[in-house]
Amino acid sequence: MLNAEKQKFSGKGYEFGFVTPVEMDLFPKGLNEDIVRRLSEVKGEPEFLVAFRLKALRFWQGLSEPHWANVHHPAINYQDIRYHAEIKKKPTRLEDVDEEVLRTFERLGVPLSEQKRLTGVAVDAVFDSVSVGTTHQEELSKLGVVFCGINEAVKKHPELVKKYLGMVVPYKDNFFAALNSAVFSDGSFVYVPKGVHCPLDLSTYFRINASEVGQFERTLIIADEGAKVNYLEGCTAPMRDENQLHAAVVELIALKDAEINYSTVQNWYSGDKEGKGGVYNFVTKRGYCLGENSKISWTQVETGSAITWKYPSVILKGDNSRGEFYSVALTNKRMQADTGTKMIHLGNNTSSRIVSKGISADESCNSYRGLVKISPQAENARNYTVCDSMLVGSKAKANTYPYMEIRNKSATVEHEATTSKISDEELFYFQSRGIGEEQAISLLLNGFCKEVFNKLPLEFSVEAVKLLEMKLEDSVG
Amino acid sequence: MLEILDLHASVNETPILKGVDLTVKEGELHAIMGPNGSGKSTLSKIIAGHPSFRVTKGSVKYEVNFKMKDLLALSPDERAREGIFLAFQYPVEVPGVSNFEFLRAAFNAAAAHQGGEEMDVMEFNDFVHEKLRSIGIDEEFLSRQLNVEFSGGEKKRNEILQMAVLSPRLAILDETDSGLDVDSLREVAAGINKLRSPQNAMILITHYQRILNYIVPDKVHILSGGKIIRSGDYELAKEVEEKGYEHII
Repeated sequence: MLNAEKQKFSGKGYEFGFVTPVEMDLFPKGLNEDIVRRLSEVKGEPEFLVAFRLKALRFWQGLSEPHWANVHHPAINYQDIRYHAEIKKKPTRLEDVDEEVLRTFERLGVPLSEQKRLTGVAVDAVFDSVSVGTTHQEELSKLGVVFCGINEAVKKHPELVKKYLGMVVPYKDNFFAALNSAVFSDGSFVYVPKGVHCPLDLSTYFRINASEVGQFERTLIIADEGAKVNYLEGCTAPMRDENQLHAAVVELIALKDAEINYSTVQNWYSGDKEGKGGVYNFVTKRGYCLGENSKISWTQVETGSAITWKYPSVILKGDNSRGEFYSVALTNKRMQADTGTKMIHLGNNTSSRIVSKGISADESCNSYRGLVKISPQAENARNYTVCDSMLVGSKAKANTYPYMEIRNKSATVEHEATTSKISDEELFYFQSRGIGEEQAISLLLNGFCKEVFNKLPLEFSVEAVKLLEMKLEDSVG
Repeated sequence: MLEILDLHASVNETPILKGVDLTVKEGELHAIMGPNGSGKSTLSKIIAGHPSFRVTKGSVKYEVNFKMKDLLALSPDERAREGIFLAFQYPVEVPGVSNFEFLRAAFNAAAAHQGGEEMDVMEFNDFVHEKLRSIGIDEEFLSRQLNVEFSGGEKKRNEILQMAVLSPRLAILDETDSGLDVDSLREVAAGINKLRSPQNAMILITHYQRILNYIVPDKVHILSGGKIIRSGDYELAKEVEEKGYEHII
C-alpha cells in the first residue's frame, strides 16, 4: 500500500533529523487570550470556534500539569513556547507549495506532487502548524468523502465541525486536551458519508520543523452509518538539543455499523544517548463507538519521542460495538513511555481487545497503563487483555499498571501478562542453525510483536519491523 | 572432517572434559555413549559453539574448503553455515516464530554463505514439502510456532526436519533418543538413516544402547569422567547393553 513508506524507515540512525530552510511567520512566545484571539484571526475562524478556544484556555489556566504518569521531566515553561508557526508563502493549491517543503515530504517518503504521489493512499501533509496540502481530494469528493486540514473543514463544513469537535475529548478532559483545545493549529478532518467504504487509505504525515514551536494538531474523523475507513498517521521531527512539545488530540466517531481503523507509526526524535533533546509527546486519542455494531480499532507502533504519554481509548456506547487496541511501544536510550488504553463499556454485548507489547532497552522506562471499565448497565460485556513486556539488557525497566472496574456481573474479563528477555538459549538455538545474532533478534522481536504488526497495512508492517531493528541495533550485542 | 585433540573444557570453572581425542571422517557415524555426567552433552555443545562452555586446553579442527581450520575460532552461526548441525537434547521453544520462517531463515543463511541461491517463500515451500515427505513428517508442523506446544517426540522429529532441510556435513545428535516411546524412536531413527550419506558424518550421543538397534554405527566410544576410555565397533555397544557401564568403566 504505502510504497514510498519504504524509504522512510530504511537506513541507519535517525535520518529524519534534518531541518528545512523555509521562511516562517512565527507568533511571539507565550500563551494568553491575545495569542488565542490572534490565532483565530489568522485562521479566519467563526465565532463558535473562538468561543471554544477561549473557554478551553480559561479552563487550562486553572489547571496544573498532571504528574501521575511514570515519566519524569524538568518543568515545561508554557510561556517559553511559540503557539503558531506558518510558512510565509501560503499555498492555496497543492501545486503552489514551497519547493523546500515539497522536497521535505519527498525526503520523508511522502511525495505530494501529482506525478509522484502514492497510489492507493491519500495524504494530508502537516508542516509545523499548518496543513500544506492534501492529495486525491477530487477523487474522494466524488464519493462524498471529506479529507482535508481541519482549518479548511472549519470553513467548508462548519456544521460537522461544530457538531463533533470536543464530543469525544471535551476541553475539560485533561490538562493537555485543554491546552490543545485552546491553541490547536491544524490536523486532519475526515468525514465518510453513509454506507461509503473509503476506497483509499487516508494518511496524515506530521512534521515538526521550526524550533521552540509546539505542535498541537487536532484530528477529527467521523464515519457515518455503515461507513468504513482506514487511517494511517506518521510523525517525524528534526534533531534538536532542546525539547519540543507535541500535544495532540484525536477524536474518532463511529455511527451505527461504521468502522474506523486508525494506525500510527510514531518516530519523533527521541533525544540522544544522554537524554538530551527529543519530543515530549502528550497525546489524547479517543474513539466513540456511538452507534450499534460500530467498531474502532487503534494500532500503534511507538518508537520515538523522549517522553510518550498516550492512551488511545474507546468508549463503547452502541450495543454490540467493539473496541481494539494493538500496541508496540519500543523505548531505548533514556526514553520514557507511559502508554496504554481505556476501554469504557457502556452498551450491551460490547467487546474489547487489548494487545500491548512493550520492548525496553538501554536505560529506558516503558510502562503499560490500561483501564477496562464495565458500567452497571453494560450487559454481557467482554474484554480480553494481553500485556507482554520484553527487556533488552539489564538497565531497562518495564512496568504494567492494569486497572479494572467491573460493575456488572455478566461481564467476562480476561487478563494475561508476561515479562520476558531474549534468552541466551534462544539466541544460541538460532545461531546453531546458521542465523546470525542480528537476524535472530529481528525474528524474535518480529515474533513478539506479530499480533500487532498483522493489524497494520502490509507495507507499514514491513517498515515497522525495520524500524524496530534499526532502533535496537545499538542496544543489543 | 573433524579432529579433536586433547580437549579440556569447563563450565563455570568446573572442569568437565579432561582430554578428549576424536577423529571423524566423511561417511562415518560415531556413537558416543556414557553414563550421566560423563561430559557427552558438553562435547556436543563445544563443537556447536555454546558460549557457556570454555575450552581450557586442546584443539578442535574442522575441514573447511578442503583445509583443516580451527573450529573454535568461528562463532556458532559461522560453524552452522559451514555445515555443522547440533540436534538439541532440549530444543528451545520460541513463541511467535513459525517453524516455516525459521527453517527458511536458516536455509537461506547457509545458502547465501555457500554462494547458492536464496529461496523465496514459494520455492522454499516446495522444497520443504519434499523434505517433509522424505522423512514422513506432517505438513502441519510448518505453520506451528517453533517447538511451542510440541510433545517431546515432536520436538525431536522437528530437529530431524531441520537437519533434513539444512543437509549438514557434520551432524551431532545429542540424546535424540531420550524421552521417546518405541514408535517415536523408530520414526526418528528412520529419519536419521535417510540422511546418512558418504559425504556427511554424524556423531550420535546417547546414554542407552537401544537407538543403536535401529542405527548401526561405524564406531562406538565410551566417554567417562571427561575422557574417552574405550573405542570400538558395534560390538562395544552390545557389551554396554549386556553388562552395563560399571563393568566397562
